Amino acid sequence: MKTNSSTGSLAAWSGYRINLVGLTAFSVVLFWALVALFAPYITPHSVGEMIDLDYFGPMRPGLWLGSDYLGRDMLSRIIYGARYTVGISLAAVSIACFTGVVLGMTSAVLRGPVDMVVSRILDAMNSIPSKLFGLMVVAAVGSSIPVLILTLSVIYVPGAYRFSRALAINIDTMDFIMVARIRGERLPYLIASEILPNIIGPVLADLGLRFVFIVLLLSGLSFLGLGVQPPYADWGALVRENIGGLPFAAPAVIVPSLAIATLTISVNLLIDNLPQKIRDRSAS
Amino acid sequence: MTNLVEIRGLTVEATTDSGRWIQILKGIDLDIAAGETVAFIGESGSGKTTAAMTLLGYARPGCRISGGTVTVDGHDMVTLPEKDRAALRGTTVAYVPQSAAAAFNPASTIMEQVIEVTRIHRLMPPDEARRRAVALFRALSLPNPDSIGDRYPHQVSGGQLQRLAAAMALIGDPKVVIFDEPTTALDVTTQVEVLRAFKAVTAQHRIACVYVSHDLAVVAQIADRIMVLRNGAVQETGSVHDILTRPTHPYTQELLHAFHPDTGGREVRPVADSGAPLLEINTLSAGYGPPQSNGQPLVLAVKGVSLQVKRGTNLGIIGESGCGKSTLARAIAGILPACKGDIQFNGKELWHSARQRSHDQLRDLQIVFQHADTALNPAKSIEDILGRPLTFYHGLRGKARDARVDALLDMVRLPRALRHRRPAELSGGQKQRVNFARALAAEPKLILCDEITSALDTVVAAAVIDLLKELQRELGLSYVFISHDLSVIEAICDEIVVMYRGQTVETIIPADRQPPQHPYSKLLFSSVPKLDPTWLDTLNIDADRMRVA
Repeated sequence: MKTNSSTGSLAAWSGYRINLVGLTAFSVVLFWALVALFAPYITPHSVGEMIDLDYFGPMRPGLWLGSDYLGRDMLSRIIYGARYTVGISLAAVSIACFTGVVLGMTSAVLRGPVDMVVSRILDAMNSIPSKLFGLMVVAAVGSSIPVLILTLSVIYVPGAYRFSRALAINIDTMDFIMVARIRGERLPYLIASEILPNIIGPVLADLGLRFVFIVLLLSGLSFLGLGVQPPYADWGALVRENIGGLPFAAPAVIVPSLAIATLTISVNLLIDNLPQKIRDRSAS
Repeated sequence: MTNLVEIRGLTVEATTDSGRWIQILKGIDLDIAAGETVAFIGESGSGKTTAAMTLLGYARPGCRISGGTVTVDGHDMVTLPEKDRAALRGTTVAYVPQSAAAAFNPASTIMEQVIEVTRIHRLMPPDEARRRAVALFRALSLPNPDSIGDRYPHQVSGGQLQRLAAAMALIGDPKVVIFDEPTTALDVTTQVEVLRAFKAVTAQHRIACVYVSHDLAVVAQIADRIMVLRNGAVQETGSVHDILTRPTHPYTQELLHAFHPDTGGREVRPVADSGAPLLEINTLSAGYGPPQSNGQPLVLAVKGVSLQVKRGTNLGIIGESGCGKSTLARAIAGILPACKGDIQFNGKELWHSARQRSHDQLRDLQIVFQHADTALNPAKSIEDILGRPLTFYHGLRGKARDARVDALLDMVRLPRALRHRRPAELSGGQKQRVNFARALAAEPKLILCDEITSALDTVVAAAVIDLLKELQRELGLSYVFISHDLSVIEAICDEIVVMYRGQTVETIIPADRQPPQHPYSKLLFSSVPKLDPTWLDTLNIDADRMRVA
């Protein structure tokens, strides 16, 4: 199963077993987060400025990731794209998981008609294909960043709901929930204090997974031209607008794809290798 | 080679979370002759199961046999390759697990699973194996031996399943059988049948047995010799007679003492306000399932029970599993609203459902559940677990709350340093004390104790009972004590109600020392194992016949 690749001194120092894979993945995620955060300060050129005489230029000093289909600096565009991709996905996944998990725990605790109605409504939403739903909303109200965030979160609420409800139902049958109930505790305490701490691990893992899905869906929508609108571009949009460079093996089309891949794979690896607390009573 | 089993200097190590190895068995020596039964006795965590498992050449994941030899019928199980060990398991050494219900595969018939050993080891053709299995079923006095094999595990009772698990172990004609607490999960009345069946069959086939248990009285019935373990080391080994009459080691004496709970030391207080009882229930019925046309639930588990508890006194409710005693507790607590009858508490009529009861009514009536493992939230610290009722009922916060948590921990004799731990880092007895302290935190008038000692070892359970008595003296509480263990109930209760099939059949007052009258009470009282090694053989009851009547 899990190899003992923990770094000894670090584990002893922090009281957590830290996995090398997890550490690497965390570094990559942190890297993209920092890039997104400090984008205006680290871009060498303006995003819209055409600085290369040629289009689909190769990598060279000063133009480290080549140029895009209009001769703009690809590095700057990737850095700004990180802002949209990471920012929109993070906002959407937070809304989706918060709503889904709260509803899921509420249904599990209340059971009966509430559970029935909420479950059926969300099941119905779940049955709509996600890309079609996105297409429909964007076609109806147009594409803007708030619309994108809301659409993406609505798409991923039912999944988060199902997942957390299944976990919460298992916890709900435990005696300590019964003890809290006959103590007279109300719903907010039951879900926040008794159930949530027991499902937080899997819920965080699910959040990471859903983040990956949202990044991919957002990139997919942008690739179809329904996501972030020009002149701004997220990574998905960068792939689409530079797709013409594919026959020339232009870095402009490869680099944004690589960016999407590194972010999603790292998040995935990170949630699979979260630090584990070492519980060893006899060791001081 | 004189002995069937020879264990010399056996040590087993376990790895901790941070990768250190610690010794959990510290040099064990033991001989077992053919046909002899040796009992391993000790509290949980003493290493008794680990020691028994080494006879199979097996150490649980995270453990390893680090030294010594375990010779079974001439084979050293420690050095033997895994393939050869597997060949011996089931044919030379067999194992009967603690919970047969968890050991059977619910998806295939019992017969398929019983004869699986013969199939794996190619011992005999299936038809012959089936004939042998039926003969074993008969020898283990199972009902309908010819057809019981066609049933699925959920279609037979717990006691029957335990005997079927023994049949599974015996079909390969082993020389040594390990029984790992096979009757711990059973009622006393069922336990008697199972013990008898085991004893008869193993004597008939001259099988050497290792019987792992924490119940000295059960062991006294079945074993020839007893090995007392504690913290992975042998404390004392001797014949049953010697251990029971002349225990030399302090721990053995403690075990024996725990078996004779101190019924004295609790003055029978004259009940001051003999007027209104604290709790009075009248013709209470409760059950499970959707309501039927007559307004009653599909399965009625409690049928018209009436009883009362006077202030400052304790009521015991005893009965076998499925008799409705836990359902009764749940109905009183309002977890499972009763369908009929009424509950008077502290002079006021209580709503059937806890949701409709007032804050103070909920506070005054607390319930403590059997399994402290599931009754304590594993994600919270002891401090939070005890602090919540203080904040919820009494509005305590900050320093006042901290001080009260310390006081509660003192009350249940737990070190204050435990407050930052989580339930998983406590032992079973400690968890049960925290579980109880949480009920005390509410400052109730009545505590419903649902089998709170049944998951604990004898010594620990005796300590918890002593604690309850002491707290009662100090705080003037009343308990309703639900158990299937008569010795526990007798030790603490002023009045005992015997329940059978959802009804109360008899009320016994231990102080009067009157023998029980109802046939079921008689059976129940006589089924409690006694330390006398001849008790099982001289016992003159037929539980099966009683049950049919």
